[in-house]
Amino acid sequence: MKKVGNHNSISRKLFFSIALMLSISFTSFAQEATPAVDAAAPDAAATSQGADPVKGKELFNANCAACHKLDAKATGPMLRGIAAKYDASWLHKWVRNSSELIKSGDAQAVKVYEENNKAVMSAFPQLTDGDIDNIIAYTSEPKAEAPKAATATEAVPGTAPSDSGVSNNIILGALSLVMFILVVMLFLVNKVLSKVAKANGIEVAPKTPTTPIWKAFARNQFLVLVSAVFLLLASAYFVYGFLMQIGVDQDYAPIQPIHYSHRIHAGSNGISCKYCHSSARVSKHSGIPSLNVCMNCHKSIAEVSDTTATPEYSKAFYDAEIQKLYKAVGWDATNQKYTGKTEPVKWIRIHNLPSFVYFNHSQHVNVAGIECQTCHGPVQEYEIQKQFAPLTMGWCINCHRKTEVKMEGNEYYTKIHEQLSKKYGVDKLTAAQMGGLECGKCHY
Amino acid sequence: MSSNKKYWKSVEELDKNSSIVEALKNNEFVEEIPTDEFLGNSDALSSSSTSRRDFLKYVGFSTAAATLAACEGPVNKSIPYVLQPEQIIPGVADYYATSVFDGFDFANLLIKTREGRPIKIDNNTIAGAKFSANARIHASILSLYDSMRLKEPKVEGKNAAWSVVDSKIKSSIADAAAKGGQVVLLTNTLASPSTEKLIAEFIGKNPNAKHVIYDAVSSSEALDAFETVYGERALVDYDFSKASLIVSVGADFLGDWQGGGYDSSYTQGRVPKAGKMSRHFQLEANMTLSGAAADKRLPMSTANQKQALVHIYNVVTGSAVSVSLEDKFKAEVTKAAQQLKAAGSQGVLVSGISDKNAQLLVLAINQALASEAFSTLGVRQIRKGSNVKVAQLVADMKAGSVHTLIMSGVNPVYTLADSAAFVEGLKKVKTSVAFSLKEDETALLSTVAAAVPHYLESWNDVSFTKGTYGITQPAIRPLFNTKQFQDVLLSLNGLSGTFYEYIKGNASATIVGSSWNKVLHDGVFVGVISSVSAGSADYSAAASALAQSKPVQGLELVLYTKTGMGDGQQANNPWLQEFPDPITRVSWDNYVTVSNADAKKYELSNEIVANGGLNGSYATITTADGLKLENVPVIVQPGQAVGTIGLALGYGRKAALKEEMVVGLNAYALYKGFNTVQSVTLAKAGGEHEFACVQGQKTLMGRGDIIKETSLEIFNTKDAKVWNEQPMVSLDHKEVEATKVDLWDSFDRSTGHHFNLSIDLNACTGCGACVIACHAENNVPVVGKSEVRRSRDMHWLRIDRYYSSESTFEGDNERKENIAGLSSSLSTFNEMEKAGDNPQVSFQPVMCQHCNHAPCETVCPVAATSHSRQGQNHMAYNRCVGTRYCANNCPYKVRRFNWFLYNKNSEFDYHMNDDLGRMVLNPDVNVRSRGVMEKCSMCIQMTQATILKAKNEGRPVVDGEFQTACSNACSNGAMKFGDVNDTEAVIAKLAADERMYHLLEHVGTKPNVIYHVKVRNT
Repeated sequence: MKKVGNHNSISRKLFFSIALMLSISFTSFAQEATPAVDAAAPDAAATSQGADPVKGKELFNANCAACHKLDAKATGPMLRGIAAKYDASWLHKWVRNSSELIKSGDAQAVKVYEENNKAVMSAFPQLTDGDIDNIIAYTSEPKAEAPKAATATEAVPGTAPSDSGVSNNIILGALSLVMFILVVMLFLVNKVLSKVAKANGIEVAPKTPTTPIWKAFARNQFLVLVSAVFLLLASAYFVYGFLMQIGVDQDYAPIQPIHYSHRIHAGSNGISCKYCHSSARVSKHSGIPSLNVCMNCHKSIAEVSDTTATPEYSKAFYDAEIQKLYKAVGWDATNQKYTGKTEPVKWIRIHNLPSFVYFNHSQHVNVAGIECQTCHGPVQEYEIQKQFAPLTMGWCINCHRKTEVKMEGNEYYTKIHEQLSKKYGVDKLTAAQMGGLECGKCHY
Repeated sequence: MSSNKKYWKSVEELDKNSSIVEALKNNEFVEEIPTDEFLGNSDALSSSSTSRRDFLKYVGFSTAAATLAACEGPVNKSIPYVLQPEQIIPGVADYYATSVFDGFDFANLLIKTREGRPIKIDNNTIAGAKFSANARIHASILSLYDSMRLKEPKVEGKNAAWSVVDSKIKSSIADAAAKGGQVVLLTNTLASPSTEKLIAEFIGKNPNAKHVIYDAVSSSEALDAFETVYGERALVDYDFSKASLIVSVGADFLGDWQGGGYDSSYTQGRVPKAGKMSRHFQLEANMTLSGAAADKRLPMSTANQKQALVHIYNVVTGSAVSVSLEDKFKAEVTKAAQQLKAAGSQGVLVSGISDKNAQLLVLAINQALASEAFSTLGVRQIRKGSNVKVAQLVADMKAGSVHTLIMSGVNPVYTLADSAAFVEGLKKVKTSVAFSLKEDETALLSTVAAAVPHYLESWNDVSFTKGTYGITQPAIRPLFNTKQFQDVLLSLNGLSGTFYEYIKGNASATIVGSSWNKVLHDGVFVGVISSVSAGSADYSAAASALAQSKPVQGLELVLYTKTGMGDGQQANNPWLQEFPDPITRVSWDNYVTVSNADAKKYELSNEIVANGGLNGSYATITTADGLKLENVPVIVQPGQAVGTIGLALGYGRKAALKEEMVVGLNAYALYKGFNTVQSVTLAKAGGEHEFACVQGQKTLMGRGDIIKETSLEIFNTKDAKVWNEQPMVSLDHKEVEATKVDLWDSFDRSTGHHFNLSIDLNACTGCGACVIACHAENNVPVVGKSEVRRSRDMHWLRIDRYYSSESTFEGDNERKENIAGLSSSLSTFNEMEKAGDNPQVSFQPVMCQHCNHAPCETVCPVAATSHSRQGQNHMAYNRCVGTRYCANNCPYKVRRFNWFLYNKNSEFDYHMNDDLGRMVLNPDVNVRSRGVMEKCSMCIQMTQATILKAKNEGRPVVDGEFQTACSNACSNGAMKFGDVNDTEAVIAKLAADERMYHLLEHVGTKPNVIYHVKVRNT
């Protein structure tokens, strides 16, 4: 299920420090990843009547993008080349108040309405004719080719790790070569010296047979005793370390049925944790969001942008994952309809507290105002979610000992703060002083 | 201590000629152990390819492999909703108000649901919600998850689709109309306006149809009497809080008399306020909860009760009907009657005698008193059954004139005394349909067994009393392929839509001034409560008729329903089976209760055997018409009227039960003519019955500091030190109060919350609602009869029952102190040990006392039990290694040890052994494993949740918010919970009350559970 190391292991620390040392020298390479350049030159395309596609893009993103896409059908129809399909003045009317147009019995309007599942388009009376023309200009731009720069940007982070791998090997190779040369040199020096000695007629005294070191060791009872004690203590130390990590699943990162990236959602897009994990504010569970929450955004986000892809995970990979969501929730993206056929996602639970521990998220998130990252780590950087904290009792208790209870503005604490601060002679109280170390507060 | 008493395990042993006895003497096992068969064949052993070494190798390898495999943690899945309902937040409880009536019990409830499944029943405390849940209602949540429920409809024993069932019923009704046969709807009392309307519509459409109402435990005589006088078939809804004098003639109104539910109004008058409390006389045969609560209890046979009732009638109304009351009762009954008359409108008389004349006299006496407690405002509609009509139906069925019989909510094959006649009649019925939750005795014999949903899955409307309205709403989607009786009726009536829409349509006329959503939210609606028109009857004729009624021949058998089992419809509920009877403290059984005198006469006995279990003789009960009930276990019941025996209904069911639940004997067979009093003879039968009794039947031997009692007179006139004596100890050769002496330095408990639980012995009627509520809240396991017998019951909260043979504990103490010499001591203690013929009864709920100086904490070698600043004694199960030192050092014996794994263990095949039953578990409370000690936590999960709620809302906790499962369930006001550091709180005042005392105060444990001295108005 998991890969768990001895958390006291020296070898791990050693390995870590070597890795750190080695990696420092290559960090400079990583910096070179440049942001993707918008390949499409904004004013390259044909613009009718001097309309400005740049402004049009702004307006499009602000007003239209929630329901429309340039190259795919979303809630509304795809908009690229819309000017070719419909008359501009008709479009002006439609955008400002489509429902009125439909009501008036305009045949074209009714047709569009029917084609799009009778979804009413919101009215935009605030848009001037010029604004609408700008948008049309933007939609009339030819589809940009896949930006070539993207391959370049991919190449940089792509080469960087391979570079570091090569240089690692070179350095290691050079080091071992030096070592080998040293050994050879020593051997040669020794040989030369003995030759010189021989030439000078100096007899090398034959070695008198001495007792082997292990026999001497075995005879020295004190040494035997001390080393036995040392060995016993050392093994006890390692056995204890091994036993203590049983059931501690730190860094547990199982493969989930859908590759959900917190890096994209919480990191790049900056979505607040509690938007999806809303029950963390009120409930003991933080809650895995139900799929309807995903669909709040993913109804219109069927594919990731090119910049989202990483060397490890391509755009195609992420898009396929979104399709998995659609399948689970029963969303027919082409017809923009729910089919009703759902397959609940069986996520693998990462944080498994034993049943004899009671933990309440709302106490920590809402009352104490603790950042999610305090216990869950830099989630916004995690491509694959893992268990950051050991979730051991010692870990809980250490935090309860150190953390000052956030009492300001919470009337519940007024009286007890007054009493306890007098008792302990302090102004700030820790969770432990509030009784946060008592067994029964978490075990019942 | 050695004795030359002969111990024996079975009657067989007494038979000297039995070969088994001889064999048993010499051998531990009667049969030979087959070792020779096993090892005798040396050839086979030597030629075996598996050598001993190989065997050991395999064992070693498999042990190592299993150990390694055990290190791997399990993979847990988390499956969120696809579309999360708006109101459901995982981890947060939702509550739904509902009202329930199952034909026997009724209450206004709040259903706690977690993640969409109901897990707990609470009382609805909104204004107008009058009826609180009893132990059976609290346990009914487990009946929802009963794995023995009927999961889909069956036609002739085979699973069928609902369409088949519907067409079968429809065609049968059409056939009946064509052939002129009767269509009979046999139901329990419905108390549901919409269902009654549906039935009326059904009868309107089918002129050959009729509706028969059948209550398994009948109140028919009281209904008849009320109908005669007031012209309406209903029962009086008494308000005992308005009575200062209560006389009950054979009515166990704290039990199930006329539906029960009177305890909260009764206890309001039982707590002394300003030196006053009500006085209660109880004249009864069996020892009941009401008798236990009474100030003066007169054990007398029903024949004597009838005479006494006429005598009281004479005194109150000034009539002179001649009575033949035995002399020994005359003085006491006259005293009661005179006090009743003096109390006037403050007095009330109730009676449970199944005799219409007696019930008429009840009305007459209360009318004469102009009793305030007796009011025809908002009469009860929860019993409507007619004995005559049921008898007529059985006759019709036998005559073959019933074509189609549709039953709902009844199980006549089990509950009818003349079950054989009904079964015979059922065979002559063309189509019989049983709408039932279970494939019970009746459903098994019916053509169609129609699976109905549990009340937590159904819609209904109810009107318990006239003028009130309540809605039964589902708290979960139907678990099985079930359909409500009403939905089927709707389609039979040719109406479209669901029963829910039908109720909603009907409601608008009833809920004037409110809205459907509001009533649905509140669960109840109180409309205009009208009174029935005054009436009268020929009471003196009734009195003379009653005075002349003849006593029964032989022994008088008085049938009753037990607090745990009621009418027996929840027989497959392990919580109720394991619930010890409040009086006898016996679980998993029904039995015949006999008086001491009769026990001697018939040579019946109870004894406690070496393993602590209670054994009892068997008896055979024979009715006047020769019907025998064999091998009925005997309990010698102190306080049982001489010449009477008691037997509980509701046991001895066989169908749709797990094997373990098939216990007791069916006493309905003796319930002839719906009369709770039968003439029987008793004979001792061979053998010994092993009871699962949780408390030995001993007297208190003068240790008055467990139960403290006083009389109202002493309470009013003397100083608290006299009646609530503080234990004294010697310190530096001076007498000081035990509470002032301490071995330990005390902690500072003045900061934060400090919880106390107060138990008022005056208000506790022993109803046991708290026991079941505690089970549901805390995932307390059920252990089964044999384990209970070994004193391994797991009840976190028990209600001890104490008998006292003297009228005061002071008297006992005096006798004890006057003992001089060994012989005198032996004889006096022997006398004191004999429970009196009419003992006084005290109930005392005992749970972990949460001692501030807890003896359990100091002896735990692993510090698994520790104290909190909030006054709760914590128990960390994961830390416990099961030494049981704590239980041994606990002076209150409240700690429970998990001798076995009680969940997912087929050896304990109760609710925790099936997936369905485990759905009732509270996800906030750990399910304990084997080898772990457990005990009452003072519902720390609830107090913590209350604190968290206040923190989340940024406000202090309000008084009354802190609750435990038991204090929530107690509608009698006996249990109150709160924070004593909140000086304004009710609990702080209770803790400072003069009546307050601690259990075994002299031990110096400083408990956080406080008791209040019981005051009797003798």
